[in-house]
Amino acid sequence: MSLKPQVLPRPATAAAKMRVLVIEDDRETAQFLQRALKESGHAADVAGDGETGLTMARDGHYDVLLVDRMLPRRDGLSIVQTLRGEGVRTPVLILSALGEVDDRVKGLRAGGDDYLTKPYAYTELLARIEALSRRTAPEEQATRYTVGDLTLDRLSHKVTRGGEPILLQPREFRLLEYLMRHAGQVVTRTMLLENVWDYHFDPQTNVIDVHISRLRSKIDKGFARPLLHTVRGAGYMIRDGAD
Amino acid sequence: MTALTRILSSSPFRLTLAYLGALVLAAVLIVGFIGWRANELLTTKVIETLTAEVVGLREQFQAGGPTRLRAIVNDRSAEPGSSLYLLVDETGRKVAGNLSRMPPELADAGQGGVFRYARAGEAGRRIERLAVGIPVAVPGGYTLVVGRDIEDQRHFADTMWQVAIWSVGLLSALGIGAGLLISRSVLRRIEAVSEASRTIMAGDLSRRIPLNGSGDELDRLAQSLNAMLARIEELMGALREVSDNIAHDLKTPLNRLRNHAEAALRNPDGPDTYRGGLVKTIEEADELIKTFNSLLLIARLEAGAVAESMVPMDPASIIGDVAELYEPVAEEAGLDLRVSAQEGVNILANRELVSQAVANLVDNAIKYSVEDGRPRPEVSISMACVGDAVEIAVADRGPGVAPEDRERAVQRFVRLEKSRSRPGSGLGLSLVAAVARLHGGSLRLEDNAPGLRAVLRLPTRGLGLAAGAGAAAGRASAP
Repeated sequence: MSLKPQVLPRPATAAAKMRVLVIEDDRETAQFLQRALKESGHAADVAGDGETGLTMARDGHYDVLLVDRMLPRRDGLSIVQTLRGEGVRTPVLILSALGEVDDRVKGLRAGGDDYLTKPYAYTELLARIEALSRRTAPEEQATRYTVGDLTLDRLSHKVTRGGEPILLQPREFRLLEYLMRHAGQVVTRTMLLENVWDYHFDPQTNVIDVHISRLRSKIDKGFARPLLHTVRGAGYMIRDGAD
Repeated sequence: MTALTRILSSSPFRLTLAYLGALVLAAVLIVGFIGWRANELLTTKVIETLTAEVVGLREQFQAGGPTRLRAIVNDRSAEPGSSLYLLVDETGRKVAGNLSRMPPELADAGQGGVFRYARAGEAGRRIERLAVGIPVAVPGGYTLVVGRDIEDQRHFADTMWQVAIWSVGLLSALGIGAGLLISRSVLRRIEAVSEASRTIMAGDLSRRIPLNGSGDELDRLAQSLNAMLARIEELMGALREVSDNIAHDLKTPLNRLRNHAEAALRNPDGPDTYRGGLVKTIEEADELIKTFNSLLLIARLEAGAVAESMVPMDPASIIGDVAELYEPVAEEAGLDLRVSAQEGVNILANRELVSQAVANLVDNAIKYSVEDGRPRPEVSISMACVGDAVEIAVADRGPGVAPEDRERAVQRFVRLEKSRSRPGSGLGLSLVAAVARLHGGSLRLEDNAPGLRAVLRLPTRGLGLAAGAGAAAGRASAP
């Protein structure tokens, strides 16, 4: 399988290279993920069962753990629970064929940071891994996000571009806030729907696109350099840089 | 098992036999008791009469001696229908009376008892009859026997026994006959039920158990079974339709997916066509995944799988959020999205699922409003408390759903034929209906004249209106 750069977005910055541990018992899936992550500029190790995965994850030198829910020898939720119990805080993305509301809640309650249902698109997986990674994510607690001449103040709820205030609806503010927290990273429509609207279903219409275009008209319209970019086949990215 | 042994071993027949046995026993006891009592009564009466007569005669003897006694005995013997008398002297010779000789039964016993005597019948024939008599010793060596004919009484007793035997026989014959008939008719009806159920088990679900129209308990049983069969047939039909629909929904895109891959592979143009084919293949796969997820979710909802994750919540906030999500889409389509919701109502619900249901309805409403390229004026979402439920109505001015299709459109996994050709999984309404059922509510489609009004009804489960709230607050989220 040949993976093309326009389908697989490269990491925004060279410093964003991550070490990922893939705990997955299906060899083909594991190999696919390992190769795809490598092509995306990351390094990936594979553990084929739960016990091996747990041992490797304990080292703690991974940036993100990809944990399948159903594994031989030790199931995914138990791995996450054990790691959290031992104080290992490495971000975990749980991958599961069980995708309903209750399963997701169980996965997150066990200590997972994100939950992705199989079958998934690789672009979705990559965007989520990058969003989880400690190396690329800015401080959660930052009160102020800045991208180029666009600033967002989380305390005063004020947004300015080039010093000019921009008026946003509450939801638009949260949308921009999420995009800016993940500045330089691809954010998928599903991620926006989950994190900004707290919906885990797939609306048939591309409702997110319309919200984005509205936001874009507020923050980019009339400025020479657009900040909010569409990443084809993947999602959106806010970034200060030439398009 | 022959027909007869089947009847004989049937429960109605055995019941009849038991009943009959009890009846016969009762008849025998009653007839026997009546016979015994009557006999007893008559015998007592006879002995009393005899005793009184003996006393009288003894008084006559004391007053007038043997001569007078003889005269009186002769007198009384001559009366028609009289008692039986015999006066013998010490040698045993008959002195007076209408008995020819001393009955040996009385002579031996020396006391009162039953004896036989001969009497002249019609045509000079002598007939032997039964009597009761008391021998009394009279001073002077005489013995006086006073007796009474009890042949009629004996005849009565015999008749009683005959009546008893005949009635038992008749009763038994009639009872067994009736038992056979009843058993046969009951068996025949039960056999009809068994026969029908065997046919039904063999696969003919349209068969029904025949009714005889009497409305009796067997008929009512058959009616219940028929109702059950109708329900099973309906469910089986639904299941068949579901599997047909699932097969269609999954196989068609699978086939397209395969076609794309095959076409790309067959094309000699090289990498660019391969890429085009792969892109299409992935698109088809994504559609397939969406459809599959919808089917899976509906199936899980129908199984009540997420019922435990319900919490009290305000439906107004749910529809407010969904309206906010869709408002830009509606605006872009040139539609006015109106929201009016009653505030302060609470329902027990799963926010995610109710949101998805309302989103599906709004999505549909918007999609159909712009269907022929000419946007209809508005899509409205309204929510109000109706009785012990909350009704969330999403109305559009689109083409609507034909009245005959409305009922079907909200059934499990049903896609209307017209919607099969449309993009999207087409399972939207099925999903909404499944969410409604999971919450103990329902989905119904109404005419919005023109357009469609989909009403999602969710029971408040006793939560209802919060105290002090309830004023309908309208707000339009249109900019």
